[in-house]
Order: sequence, then C-alpha cells, then structure tokens
Amino acid sequence: MNVTATPALPLGDDALILSHRLGEWAGRAPVLEEEVALANIALDLLGQARVLLSLAGDEDELAFLREERQFRNLQLVEQPNGDFAHTIARQLYFSTYQELLFEHLAAGESELAPLAAKAVKEVAYHRDHAHQWTLRLGDGTDESHARMQHALDALWRFTGELFEPVEGLEAAPWPTLHDTWTTRITSTLEQATLTVPEGPQRGGWAAGAGRQGLHTEPFGRLLAEMQHLHRSHPGATW
Amino acid sequence: MTTPRPAETPASATEATPQPTDWPLWEVFVRSRRGLSHTHAGSLHAPDAEMALRNARDLYTRRSEGVSIWVVPSAQVTASSPDEKDAFFEPAGDKPYRHPTFYEIPDGVHHL
Repeated sequence: MNVTATPALPLGDDALILSHRLGEWAGRAPVLEEEVALANIALDLLGQARVLLSLAGDEDELAFLREERQFRNLQLVEQPNGDFAHTIARQLYFSTYQELLFEHLAAGESELAPLAAKAVKEVAYHRDHAHQWTLRLGDGTDESHARMQHALDALWRFTGELFEPVEGLEAAPWPTLHDTWTTRITSTLEQATLTVPEGPQRGGWAAGAGRQGLHTEPFGRLLAEMQHLHRSHPGATW
Repeated sequence: MTTPRPAETPASATEATPQPTDWPLWEVFVRSRRGLSHTHAGSLHAPDAEMALRNARDLYTRRSEGVSIWVVPSAQVTASSPDEKDAFFEPAGDKPYRHPTFYEIPDGVHHL
C-alpha cells in the first residue's frame, strides 16, 4: 500500500472514524429528526475523509485495509457513542477544534487549503449543533445536567491530544489554537450552567497517542465492523 | 445484573426512558429562492424554535432547496374545518369572472 506522508492522513482519519461513530446512531437515535441531523454530520465528515485520504493514497485501501496501529486519528473521535450526552460532548470538543484548525489551514496555501475552506462551513454547523444541545442538556433537567457534566468530565482527558502538533503542520499556532479552544468551550459550558472539567487533559499512560497509532480498546471493535465487509469480499463492486 | 455497566454511564441510565413524543410539532416553510414566497414543506418535532430551525435545515434544505426557513408551532395554526367546506369554498365555484384570466399576460412576466 502506497501511503504519502501528509498531514491529510491524520486529519482524514479523524473525519473517517468520527463519521463511522456517528453513523452508529442510525436506527438508534432518540428521535427521527436527531437521527437525520447526526447522519448529516456523519456524511459531511465522510466527504472530508474521502478528499483527505485521497491526498495520502487510495481512499478505500486506507480505510479498509490498514491495521489499527496504522491509523493516525485522535483517540477522542474513536470513543464510543455512550449516551446522547457523550456523543454531544465528543462533538463539541472535536468540532470546536476542527473549526479552528480548518480556519487556520484555509488561510494558508498548503494542499489542504481548498478542502479546509469548504469544510469550515460544514464544521461551523456541527459545532453549533453540539453547542445548542450542550445548552439544552446542561440547562435542562437535573438528569440531563448530570449526564452532560459526566460526559464532559469523562472525555476531558482526550482533549490534550488535539493540540499536539500534527506531523507536517508543526508551523500551525498550536498554543494559540488551544487557548481559543479553551475560551470557546468555557463560554459554551458557562452558558449551559456546566463546569469546565478540571484535571489533566491527557491520561498518564493511555490518552493522547492516537497520532502515533496507539488506540483505545473500543477502536478495535469499530475497525472490525467498519472493515469486515470489504475484507470478506475483496474487490467486490456494486 | 451480570453485565457490568460501562464506566461512563451514570447510575440512573436505566431509568426514565425519554419520551420523544413530548416534543411539540412545528410546521416548516421554505423559500426556495429570492423573490418567491415561503412554501409549506412539511412538519417535524423539536424541543423549541431554535432546534426546529436546525432540524428543518437538515430535513428540508440539505439538497439546496432553500434560502430561508420559517418554523411555526403547529398548535398556532387555525385551520378551516372539513365540515364547513361547502359554506367556505363552494360559492366561489361558479364565479369564473373572479379569475384574472381575461387578460393577455405580457411576455417576460413570471410568477403571476
């Protein structure tokens, strides 16, 4: 398999894996309207993944024939859907990050600029969707508030990795992106009467190595489900 | 219960199944392009007006069908009753002179 060394690979893996996770809600979302919203976000991300992975090699080979250790996505995006609050917390953390990074890339002249410029509008909507739900869950019932806070706390340790410089994008202003991210997350959570989690943004031994190919336990099962059809029927076409 | 509960699930996760039908119904009106009026596109459930707008965007404009959306609580719509159909509509049936069909429409005039 030919894989070009490009930052499009880790960014494409983020989009692909989160797209797959969101797709798992199909048929299971709390209401039909929300199912369509989540599927819509998943399809936006899949579109981004196709463009990005094509910059790194053959998109199908990259998606379906790599082993776990060859994926470069953030550990955050591979985390299971959990309850609805977990899905929303994961999306809030990730979309806020992705919007900031794509805004930066869109202003540059790298091969990623055209994709970033197009995707940043999609991502702004994803972030708004997560923002709106965070407000409603946080400032809703005691039950929804507790669940939302719990989800934010549980996923917090995966957020430090977002701002580890991506190989090939070392020149990006990572500390500034991190500061802006924290400001935006804080603003949303305060509005939602939620507390910004305390504690380390990376675990001592596990969280924060997805970019190096180290993944959490649930990722293996995700890959098995995502890849089994392609691997069972090599070369099959519609 | 023999299955261990996932660590991230709060203790109360198995109780209180949400009732999606609690959400009110909203009527959606979409303007397909500038200069045309909003047209009824369908209806959806949403917890409030802001979310109704977003759901409408996802359900009714994802294939570039619109440039503007209105959402209205369905409960706020007052509808004519089928029982009153005759009194409401039939008297207009035999008055063709009320239709502006006796004019020549100049070339180039659309949407009249």
